[in-house]
Order: sequence, then C-alpha cells, then structure tokens
Amino acid sequence: MSRGAGRVLVAMSGGVDSSVAAAVLRDAGHEVVGVTMKLWGGASDTGCCSVSDVDDARRVADQLGIDHHTFNFGDDFDEHVVGPYVAAHVAGHTPNPCVACNRHLKFDRLLRRADALGFDRVATGHHARVVELPDGTRRVARGADAAKDQSYVLHMLDQVALARLTFPVGTITKDEVRRTAAAMGLRTADKPDSQDVCFITSTGGRTAFLGERVSFTPGRMVDTAGCEVGRVDAVELVTIGQRRGLGLAGGGEPRYAVSVDRAAATVTVGSRADLLTSATDVGALEWAHLPVTGGVTVQCSAHGSPAAAVLDVRPDGSATVQWEAPHERVAPGQSVVFYRGDEVLGGGTAR
Amino acid sequence: MSAYLDHAATTPVRPEAAAALAEVTARDLGNPSGSHRSAQAARRLLDDARDTMAELLGARPGEVVFTSGGTEADNLALAGVPAARPGRVVCASTEHHAVLEPALAAGATVVGVLPDGSLDPAALAAALDDTVTLVSVMLVNNETGVVHDLERVAEVLAERAPQASLHTDAVQAFAWLDVAGLAAPAQLVSVSGHKFGAPAGVGVLVVREGTPLRAQLLGGGQERERRSGTPNVAGAVALATAARSAVDDRKALVDRAGPWRDRLVAGIAAAVPGTHESAVAGTPGPASDRSHKVAGIAHLCFDDVESEALLFLLDAAGIEASAASSCASGALDPSHVLAAMGVDRRLARGSLRLSLGWSTVEADIEAALAAVPAAVTRLRSFA
Repeated sequence: MSRGAGRVLVAMSGGVDSSVAAAVLRDAGHEVVGVTMKLWGGASDTGCCSVSDVDDARRVADQLGIDHHTFNFGDDFDEHVVGPYVAAHVAGHTPNPCVACNRHLKFDRLLRRADALGFDRVATGHHARVVELPDGTRRVARGADAAKDQSYVLHMLDQVALARLTFPVGTITKDEVRRTAAAMGLRTADKPDSQDVCFITSTGGRTAFLGERVSFTPGRMVDTAGCEVGRVDAVELVTIGQRRGLGLAGGGEPRYAVSVDRAAATVTVGSRADLLTSATDVGALEWAHLPVTGGVTVQCSAHGSPAAAVLDVRPDGSATVQWEAPHERVAPGQSVVFYRGDEVLGGGTAR
Repeated sequence: MSAYLDHAATTPVRPEAAAALAEVTARDLGNPSGSHRSAQAARRLLDDARDTMAELLGARPGEVVFTSGGTEADNLALAGVPAARPGRVVCASTEHHAVLEPALAAGATVVGVLPDGSLDPAALAAALDDTVTLVSVMLVNNETGVVHDLERVAEVLAERAPQASLHTDAVQAFAWLDVAGLAAPAQLVSVSGHKFGAPAGVGVLVVREGTPLRAQLLGGGQERERRSGTPNVAGAVALATAARSAVDDRKALVDRAGPWRDRLVAGIAAAVPGTHESAVAGTPGPASDRSHKVAGIAHLCFDDVESEALLFLLDAAGIEASAASSCASGALDPSHVLAAMGVDRRLARGSLRLSLGWSTVEADIEAALAAVPAAVTRLRSFA
C-alpha cells in the first residue's frame, strides 16, 4: 500500500492487534477512522462487544488522534451468526461462528458500509496477509506469526473483497505487535487475546447458551458394532472427534465420537483408528479466484495441522478431499480450507 | 464551522449562565447548610435560585428540589412516590429511559401510544384503578417532540385513580413551552438545565405540597429531607439564570424555530422521496399539521437508509444531529419510541432527529437542507 494513499476504515475490537493495525496505517500516512462493531447484545464475559472494549478502542483512537465510531450490527449478527449457530447444533453440525461473522459482518456488512461512507479500504487486526500474484489477482496468505495465523477464518474472501482489504499486522509477529503497542504506550498492549466464541460466556459455556435456546435431545451411544455403550444427555452437543465428556473415561484405549446420527439420536464411538477416513466431502465451496483441483494442503480448524490431499471438484460446487494419509473425520459444519504453500485457494464446509 | 442541530441532546450553555457559573464558582462560598457568613451567602444564592425556578415552573419555593439533572429528578419521582405510598406505577411506552427504567423496576404498567405518538386514552383508563400510586407521562417526547395533554391525563386520573399522583418529565419542554401552565396538573415535574442553556449536572424536581415522597439519596437531609448532598450552588445559580433567559426568549425562539423546522422538513421531503415524518400523517409538506409537536424538533425516517451511516456522512459534512437514543457503548439501538408508535423496525433504523435551539441560525438550516438530501441519496445509491 503506497504511502499517504486513501481513507481506511479500521475495525477496532478493542484488542491489541487492531489497535496496532490502526497505528501502523496512521503512521503510513493514511487518513484512518476507527470503528467498533456492536454485535452481541446479550451476556458475555469473554471480552467482546462490551462497553469496556468499546472504551478501549475509543481511547486508543483518541491516543492515535483518529476518529472513532461505533456501528450497531446487532440485528445482522443475530440473523447471520447466532441464529445459524443454534440451528446448526440442532441439525447435529459443528458450526464455526467466527467464519460466519467474517463472511457476513466484517467482510460484507462493514465493507458495504465503508463503501457507502467513501472509504478506499477496510483494515482489520487479523494475522494474515493479502498477497498479489504476478497475474494481478490476490490471495489471503498466512500471517508472519505461524502460531497466530488467522488465514483459515478468512478463506471466504474473493477478489472483490481482497482488493479492498488490508491486514496491517499480518506481516509481524504477535510479540512484535505487543512490543509496538507498548512502545506507543497503547492501553491495550497487555490486553489478553480474546478466546472462544465471543457471544458465549465462559462460565455457562456452550451448554448453557444452547440450553436457553433449544431443548436438548437425549440419545444413545453405541460402538462401531452397534452395541449400546452409554447415553448422552444432548446429541446437539456432541462433536465428531470429541473424546472428553462422553462419560467413557476409564480403562482401555481412548474412544472418540466418530459419527452423530441426529435423526436417530445416536452417537457412534470408536477407536482412534475408527475416527480416521480417507476422504472428506465438502460443500458450499468458495474460491479466492478460480476453482482449483489437484494437490493441495488442507486445514480443518482454526489452528489445525495442514494435511496433504487431492481435491476433486464437482460441477455442483462441492468437492471430495482425498487425504494422502488417513485423516480424522471432520465434523459437518466445520470449514475446510485449501492452501497452496502459504496461500489460501478457497474453502468450503464439511458435510 | 459545523451546524449544530442536536439541541435536544444538549444545548450550548448560554453566555450569561456560563458567566454566572464562573462568577459563583470563583467566590469563597461556604456550605449552605452552615451558619457562618460564607454559608449564609451560599444559602442566599441557593434560595434566590430556588425562588426563580419556583416562579418559572409555577411552583412554590418549598416545592423545588434541586437534583443533579433530569435523570435523578425522574428517578426520585418514580422510586420516591411508591416508596412513600405503595401502589402500582403506570407510565407511557414512549417515556425517556430515565422514567422507563425505574418504572419497570417498580413493575409498572406501560400504556401504549397511538401512531401519532399521543397517549392512548382508552389504554390509560384501562390501566388505572384504585391500586395506582403514580402515573408518569412526559410533557414532550425527546425523540419526536410530541406534546402530551396533561390536563386530559389528569381528568382520566381524577376519574379512575384519584389517589394517584401525576409526574411529568418536562425535560424537553422547558425551552419551548409554558411548563408552569402545561404541567400545572402534575404533582411532580422534572426539568434539566442542560436542555435550555445551563450546564449539565443540575436540574429540578418539583414536588407539590402534600405529595408523598421518600428521599432516595440519604444523608444530611438537605432539600427538606427530599435529596441529601451538599447543594450545587453555582449550578443552581446557572440553572436559574439560563431558565430566566429561556423563558424570556421562549416566544421569540418558537416564532423563529417553528418556520425553520417546517422548512427543513418540507425541503428535505421534497428533495428525498421516501421521507416519513414521525407522528405526522401523510407526506411531509408545508400543510402538514405539527400543532401537537414542539417547534424545535424535526424527526424523520428515510426508506432504505441506516441512521448510523447517515449520521456519519452528516458529521463529515458538518451537520451534527442524532437518531434514536444511544446506548452506553455509543452504538445506536432501535428506538423504543418509534416501536411504540408502530413504526416498522426497518424504517425506524433510518431515523434522523434534527433539533433546533436558542443558538440556531438560519445558516444551520441551509446547511442541513443541502447536506441531508445529498447524504441520503448517496447512501441509497449503495444500498
């Protein structure tokens, strides 16, 4: 990004990454305006959307000498993130609300508003980069800090969005972010990273959140031979790959949830070997540019290990991921993201 | 130089009030509760201010309780009356949060309004019986500027709940209306200085003699046991100074601002299709009947526009205005007032309040007439 070019709207959550993102852009000579999105109106103790976070964002903006605004996107958040999160659990899926929030709020709602308000670009504090290829197209690439890389949750960005976005802290490590914030005396320098799902309290957890919104379905737990080995209180809360909390602790080899039959209210548990699969079916594909087929590396959770696979894309916008080595089953609803090197090619949702 | 059209949020401090505040603050005054000369001097200033406020509010000096502002005055009334005389609380659905929240905390019955923002008389009558201790109906709504007929409310009270006291939040009324006359049917009246040219942090609750009230701030028993705490003498003097000016200027202000407001609404509506004026029937125009609203508030809703984005563009264009009430984070929450009037939530998200005041000049109106249509048109082109 050239020096002094353009008006940039920086999404400031009140955390250290977006604080430093705003500072970096200001120092590069941009006209910077900070905005905090008010997304969740309900209870939260995970440090999101609270008045104190808005205060932190505003006070950092004050310190940087930039304007700060608050946008209330609560209705959109309920519609596109919270509602689908609940519905996915009811359907027996494992949703990724951060991906939904990025898709619908940060990189749609906010981007459109930024357009309407005359901003040239939108910036966030994500640890990822936007790289330009020789053909002029852009890709999301992994951030410089491998441990903090957030490219996974940005896989839905297309060329239109990528042309408008910048991630100023993606080229530096988290330590450098904190050192920069401390050197500038920003009040967020030592603020802990946000954890977990922002609209779910750490005290009540997912169980309490969903318990207030749906009635749980008790179910059977069977082994791979179909013999009942236990009961679960809530089929909705079981995630494929889950080991803890199944009530199967004790002797013998560890057992995992290997499949969930929502309609039959049955959870199948098995060994680590039973959890492995040679292929994963992925729908709702989105591509950074053009569909890609063939050899890729694939990541199935925000901080999961990438694994080699061959991608077989079908005309209907779905694909089969053929794992090179047997891979853990992916819970339906999880994002499956395709990389080549550090670059995100696209992704979809496990089925 | 920006055009400030957010006087209903707060209006600039009148120079004479600022001077009074500075002058009194700089004096070596004692605590008015003391007995020495410095205390007596403070006491005299406070009582002079009380006399002035009593005169301007149509009350006796002993009925004027100084508070920290409108919210405290409303809270004192809404919590203090039921505490002294238990019973049900009834209020209008379009009340300010400073009434609504303490009312709901007391388990209040909330009475709906008609699409024009006026209190539904049948609903009010139905809500009243001999178990009611307090009814609260604002004199002027802070968002739409709708004026409530307290005389009519008092008649229904006399018929259905004669034992109940009537409170009115007159915070938005004082700059525009004869509060002494219009709030006469109420036993309790709240006003707030910063809405008419005094600094924020000082207000009054009128508590007419014989009205049961238990103090909510307990301590030294100041304000005749109705509100403890060392009195804000300089604030009270500034309040009285601003109130005097506001009353002296009131007619001229209404005569000036009313036509400006009408021009604003008609001009914006003519330039922007899909403009809806709140609490007014039909398409806004020169013939629109706004006789039930104060002169200083233009409240509009635009199809396919979001207030937050509109206010952002207006601010950039030098127009300072607002929409619904802001929550603690500064984000805009959908207006409960518009919801109560039956305005669709989507349309309510596109609301704009342009509010005029004592320092408004014609250039402010011209600026808004140019900037609002431009901003709305731009936003619609991106919708």
